[in-house]
Amino acid sequence: MALVEINNVHKSFGAVEVLKDVSLSVEEGEIVTIIGRSGSGKSTLLRCINALEPINSGRITIEGQQVAAGMRNLKELRQRVGIVFQAFNLFPHLKVERNITLAPTLTGRVSKREARALALECLTKVGLAEKIDAFPEQLSGGQQQRVAIARCLAMRPHLMLFDEVTSALDPELVGEVLKVMEDMARQGMTMILVTHEMNFARNVASKIVFMHQGRVWEEGPPSKLFTNPQTPELKAFIGSTRHN
Amino acid sequence: MRSLSTIDLIAFATGLQYTLLLVLMALAFGAPFGLFLALLRTANMAVLRWASALFLQVVQAVPLLALLMFFYFGLPVFLGIQIPALAAVTVAFTIYTAVFLGEIWRGGIEAVKQTQWEAAASLGISRWQQFRYVIAPQAFKIALPATVGFLVQLIKGTSLAAVVGFIELTRAGQLASAATFQPLLVYSVVAAIYFAICFPLTLWSRNLETRLNGSR
Amino acid sequence: MGNLNFRPLWRYEDAFIEGILNTLWLTVIAAGIGLIIAIACAAILRSGPKLLRYPVLGYIELIRNTPPIIQIFIVFFVFPGFGIRLPPFTAASIALALYFGAYAAEIIRSGLDSIPRSQVEAGHCLGISGFQVFMHVVLPPALRNIYPSITSQFVLLLLGTSIASQISAEELFHTAGVVESRTFRSFEIYALIAGIYVCLVMAFRVFFAALGRLAFRWPTRR
Repeated sequence: MALVEINNVHKSFGAVEVLKDVSLSVEEGEIVTIIGRSGSGKSTLLRCINALEPINSGRITIEGQQVAAGMRNLKELRQRVGIVFQAFNLFPHLKVERNITLAPTLTGRVSKREARALALECLTKVGLAEKIDAFPEQLSGGQQQRVAIARCLAMRPHLMLFDEVTSALDPELVGEVLKVMEDMARQGMTMILVTHEMNFARNVASKIVFMHQGRVWEEGPPSKLFTNPQTPELKAFIGSTRHN
Repeated sequence: MRSLSTIDLIAFATGLQYTLLLVLMALAFGAPFGLFLALLRTANMAVLRWASALFLQVVQAVPLLALLMFFYFGLPVFLGIQIPALAAVTVAFTIYTAVFLGEIWRGGIEAVKQTQWEAAASLGISRWQQFRYVIAPQAFKIALPATVGFLVQLIKGTSLAAVVGFIELTRAGQLASAATFQPLLVYSVVAAIYFAICFPLTLWSRNLETRLNGSR
Repeated sequence: MGNLNFRPLWRYEDAFIEGILNTLWLTVIAAGIGLIIAIACAAILRSGPKLLRYPVLGYIELIRNTPPIIQIFIVFFVFPGFGIRLPPFTAASIALALYFGAYAAEIIRSGLDSIPRSQVEAGHCLGISGFQVFMHVVLPPALRNIYPSITSQFVLLLLGTSIASQISAEELFHTAGVVESRTFRSFEIYALIAGIYVCLVMAFRVFFAALGRLAFRWPTRR
């Protein structure tokens, strides 16, 4: 059974339907990259997977468990699904260590004594062990985003969602974040990401999903989608992103 | 003992006129003084900035009631002269208005980016012209919500003139209360009158604030 | 022009000190009770039942748009109507607590609103409870945003307690009136009183600044 199953999902904001009959399945260990123009519903889909947005109809299951906004074990579900945001969303009043250990200690998964070791372990994975005692505002954008990734890793998630995580970064800081994500992909983490980094999508993803006007327009392995797009919309989209 | 009647309502109306007179006087004298203080607070010379900051800090740390008492009872005794009640309370409210507006307008001036001063200076106009034509219009817009908010504070503040016997709305209420022995009714009516004046201003100030935040 | 003579006032040193202590006591009581009122109001406005929100909004607007002196008069005269005799000091405490509560409620509400939704979301995504998100993610930065306004409101309250003298509550300003009626040194008395308030306010400002630096150590956006 697939890790994530999305079946016939509809989602509207008021009168605007942003997701129209979206279906998608993600196997364990897959790296799924969602591409498309802004307003195509990519980010909304990601947010629905984590129940940040309620869906109007359809069905989303993670590891066989149905996701719903008001569900009883939403907390447990979210401990298994990490999400990294475009704007980092680190907590400014907490040091890097506490940002990472907040959820694991509050949920009782690790003791206060083990917490620092956990923080150190996760920071090492993103190459920032020396920043354990810094405050978020003392870090560059790229470093903040890597800490945000480390914060997710500390929950030992089974699935990670990345919502345009490099879009708010200065160009020279994008590389360090992408490298961390590549490392995670290589270690077998299941990932769903929304991105504008076409090279990353081409080289790292196992599956590309092209969204257009709230629908899954085309999907398949990168080799197929990028070299042989079937629809004029995807052709136009690839054409418009060629130079980056 | 008598009940609350038309006589009292007429007295309230007269009192209200004096309340508004006090507000107008305070603004007429206090606003230019406040602008002067705001300019000192944002002056290039550090001495001026420090001196005006000290003045603002000290006066804002004195209760309005103490200012009123000082100018109504204290100063005339010291100088050995008679000062008309209206003059004494006007001086107190003028100073009160000046320090608050000075502080609000300083904030407005400082909220305009330094680059605007530089851009204006590069046009070869005088420092006053830079302020008058480039900075002030922008600062005014930024400071307007807080200025209207202060107007509400000033209207409420004039009620303290009653304490020195100046017959404005609150004092008229005290007199009616003493005549009718119905303090609760009388003060509720007086409160309602204040509310009827202040609340629309509060709404206006809030509206300006929302629009300002929307446009930035 | 008269001559300055503060000497007659020294005989009333004890009265002034008692006045200062009473003023501080009145301020602290009103601020304490007012803060409880404010937190309750902010909680209702944020997530209470709709039916309770309108009375709370009404209370806040009523207090903010009428003079404190009228509020004190009303509180002072409302209780005898029910046959309860309240000492002036108690009446003044209640009135000033209601006054402070309305302003503080507004400050707390906007402080909580100032925390971006994205922070709350990020907290929820970590799989911790709503209460934990509030306590660990929302509250600390909100307190920092609230701190400057709430401390200046406290200073305004301190100055506002002087109005309690108008119902003969025995605080510092009342002392001034008593001493004035015995010495007739109006100028010196009100200059002295003004000076005392300035000292009290400065002392609190320094204290609050130090406390703020101690409590909020994390750097903010440059």
